Amino acid sequence: MTDTAADDALLDSLQHDAFDYFLQGINPANGLIADTTRPDAPSSIAVVGFALGAYPVAVERGWLARSDAAARTLLCLRFFMDSDQSGAVDATGHRGLYYHFLDMQTGRRMWRSEVSLIDTALLIAGVLTAAAYFDAATPDETELRRLADALYLRVDWRWAQRDGGALSQGWRPESGFLHYGWEGYSEALLLYVLGLGSSTHPLTEAGFPAWTETYQWENLYGIDFLYAGPLFIHQYSHAWIDFRGIRDAFMREKRCDYFENSRRATLVQREYAIRNPRSFAGYGTDCWGLSAGDGPSAEPCLVAGRHQAFYGYSARGVPYGPDDGTLDGSALLSSLVFAPDLVLPALRGMAASAARDGRDLIHACGFNPTVTEAGPGGWLSAGRFGLDQGMIVLMIENYRTGLPWRLGRGNPVIRRGLRSAGFRGGWL
Amino acid sequence: MATSLRRDLTSIEAAMPGGRFDSELRADLHPPGWRNPRPRDPYHLLIVGAGPAGLVAARKAAALGARVALVERDLMGGDCLNYGCIPSKSLLRTARFYADLRNAESFGAVSPDPILVDFPMAMQRVRRIRARIGRVDAAVRLAAAGVDVFFGTARFTSGDAVDVDGTRLRFRRAMIATGSRSMTPTIPGLAEAGYLTNETVFDLVELPASLLVIGGGPLGCELAQAFARFGARTVIAHNEPLFLPKEERDAAQILAESMARDGVEIHLNTEAVRVYVDGGRKHIETVNDGNVATVVVDQILTGIGRVPAIENLGLEAAGVDFAPLAGVHVDDFLRTTNPRIYAAGDVCLEHQFTDIAGASARIVVSNALFFGRKRLSALTIPWCTYTDPEIAHVGIYVRQARGLGIPVKTFTVPMHTVDRAIADGEEDGFVKIHVREGTDTILGATVVARHAGEMINDISLAMVSGIGLRKIARVVHAYPTQAEGIRQAAEACARTHRSLLAGWLMNQWVNRDRWR
Repeated sequence: MTDTAADDALLDSLQHDAFDYFLQGINPANGLIADTTRPDAPSSIAVVGFALGAYPVAVERGWLARSDAAARTLLCLRFFMDSDQSGAVDATGHRGLYYHFLDMQTGRRMWRSEVSLIDTALLIAGVLTAAAYFDAATPDETELRRLADALYLRVDWRWAQRDGGALSQGWRPESGFLHYGWEGYSEALLLYVLGLGSSTHPLTEAGFPAWTETYQWENLYGIDFLYAGPLFIHQYSHAWIDFRGIRDAFMREKRCDYFENSRRATLVQREYAIRNPRSFAGYGTDCWGLSAGDGPSAEPCLVAGRHQAFYGYSARGVPYGPDDGTLDGSALLSSLVFAPDLVLPALRGMAASAARDGRDLIHACGFNPTVTEAGPGGWLSAGRFGLDQGMIVLMIENYRTGLPWRLGRGNPVIRRGLRSAGFRGGWL
Repeated sequence: MATSLRRDLTSIEAAMPGGRFDSELRADLHPPGWRNPRPRDPYHLLIVGAGPAGLVAARKAAALGARVALVERDLMGGDCLNYGCIPSKSLLRTARFYADLRNAESFGAVSPDPILVDFPMAMQRVRRIRARIGRVDAAVRLAAAGVDVFFGTARFTSGDAVDVDGTRLRFRRAMIATGSRSMTPTIPGLAEAGYLTNETVFDLVELPASLLVIGGGPLGCELAQAFARFGARTVIAHNEPLFLPKEERDAAQILAESMARDGVEIHLNTEAVRVYVDGGRKHIETVNDGNVATVVVDQILTGIGRVPAIENLGLEAAGVDFAPLAGVHVDDFLRTTNPRIYAAGDVCLEHQFTDIAGASARIVVSNALFFGRKRLSALTIPWCTYTDPEIAHVGIYVRQARGLGIPVKTFTVPMHTVDRAIADGEEDGFVKIHVREGTDTILGATVVARHAGEMINDISLAMVSGIGLRKIARVVHAYPTQAEGIRQAAEACARTHRSLLAGWLMNQWVNRDRWR
């Protein structure tokens, strides 16, 4: 096989493997998807959103019949439409937003989780993607689009705006809005676009500038970029929206765009791994990617002469950490669309390694070659996490055909949201 | 022999609160039997409060020939010398030494086992240092410099006179420099259970086995880290998502990680709501996002901030406006609503730091006595939180710049790219220098490093002197030093400008035919 053909086969295999997660993790009674493959995992509404975005990809790739995909989507949308929106401690949501984690069977709140703004946004992004794709005049697809529209219009984004400015990260019935607000560049770009695009409960005009006021444009390792430490921040919004060539006021000022920014963030991540300031095992040119994910909870120990703690599940980032030697293969892969020249060699290496020892570093939610208690290959996160699989499916597809982006570009909600946020130019 | 060496020939009693060092301190800063001088009023400048601001103003004004009265009701030197910077930094130094001992392997050395912590010995050092530094501010030295030093409680009786324990002192100009005091949280049961503040924590003679610090501002973070390093089980509760809310998020994040490494139990977004004593220990109920928990400790330290000391000053009689939290109202020239009366330091300023107190006092002397028009807003003032790593800042923050519509770009250098920091095993932190986009005009900077307080001065100097960041790249820095991080940021800025210039020149070259 030529390199291109081999890469295509590799990507196809990785993508298909990731998509299978959604087939196995679904509750066929309500369409909810499990957060992870671990026993008794609840459903995460964000993972459901990724599943809804992944179904059209699976249809196009021939992994799922269109009618089956539409049925799964419809099942899920009906569940959310009929869900308890009272905001009670055991409801499913409030004001069109949803608790972060839901019971797989009942669909009710789990773990005192919060009504989550970003996770609702990821769910709604999937809902809108599905509505854009399933455009046939069949009864199922017609109902699907009607429900998608209703679910989106019922989300009260403005309710979560703090003093008319930046959005709160969430709300709990026990204690009200969380202290955390969306401040500093993050994956909330998608959230703001969806909130601004609403015709029923749009964010006020002050919302987006209030958020971008906390941006930091930095020159790090000689690279200028809109700074955020964890890699996923530079990726999540890009699964749904094609940011190539469109610019808001900030990016116009910096003569950049968010897509190019994510490419630069990828360069920074790789540069950090090459420098490897804490001398962790494995880091290098083709092994990098600090992001939010699972990690070892080992006892602290000396690593290259330093006392090193391990953080379990954590939002790891560069250059300030936290960094405990844990990398995220799916985050590395999700930069494919931004920097294929950097990502493909790394993927080839990881795939070859998996072929040798059977350790799947790409679909796992983190690996740590420094922590070798479990074996010479290092620590590997058990099972799979739905968010990672969703990102793998969508970002590989954006690289291969751009289908999710195309659906997003045609979506009037996203177009309206982008324009309200001040985006101009390019395809917009 | 060993014992006398360990105790530095000083008995424990001498080092206790009220012992020899404290007696020496008091003899200098509020001498027993001091007789106030005969008033030489009206004074050109009457100063209420002999803290950093009062002392700076008194010395400067007297040196310039003014007739100066300085009124202090307690110890000269103020909060900084007696309860603040000096004792705190002295204690932090010992704590840092213990941290290094525990971390000896990182430095290629063997950690002693066990590590014996002698807290009274550390406090002895604190008192000795405080007494030594206090000598400089001795009342007799001030008097010898021509300042009339009055000990007593000052109260304005009119717009041009102050009563000091029955003696009326008239003035042409006055400066209020009464400083600030610890803000006490209004938590039910706290007063009954008892608590420490920065004013009483240095009276401890034994290390508490466990301590809850309420408040994650500079004071709370510094002392929480120090007590954890001494070996006390230390919990810190802070009602915001990040420590040091005014600082950059990355700085607060690095600090949180560092404190966790030191063993501090961190409770962010957590409010203490009730305190009670049971079995001789203090129980504190906390709430985090609706979850109620109880922390049980031996001591509580509050560090939620400071409030201006404005009580019983007779400000109404003097026609001076004030507010309980904002303190004395001043304009940019530090003049109060009574044009004869000025204010300086914590009693009137948002940023309550010793360096700002001193700088504001110098402005007051100039404006009050010499018709100066110096503005507070023109000052470039750095400040630093002395945690490990330290967090130092000067100028404006990125958020402030963006709020003002100023395009801003930050040159960032992680300390792990600085050779000396690597050699020192002190790689946690960064240098961030903010410039106006497209120029090298420095707007502000944050340095997080073990010696950030020393490093920030380089940047302050450049800002005050109007030196652009690119020029710093041309300054040869001693190598290897940690300040090299600043030069690296400057070099990155210079590179950016060179590439812009190269791009422009290339553009001109490519399009040269157009101009022919």
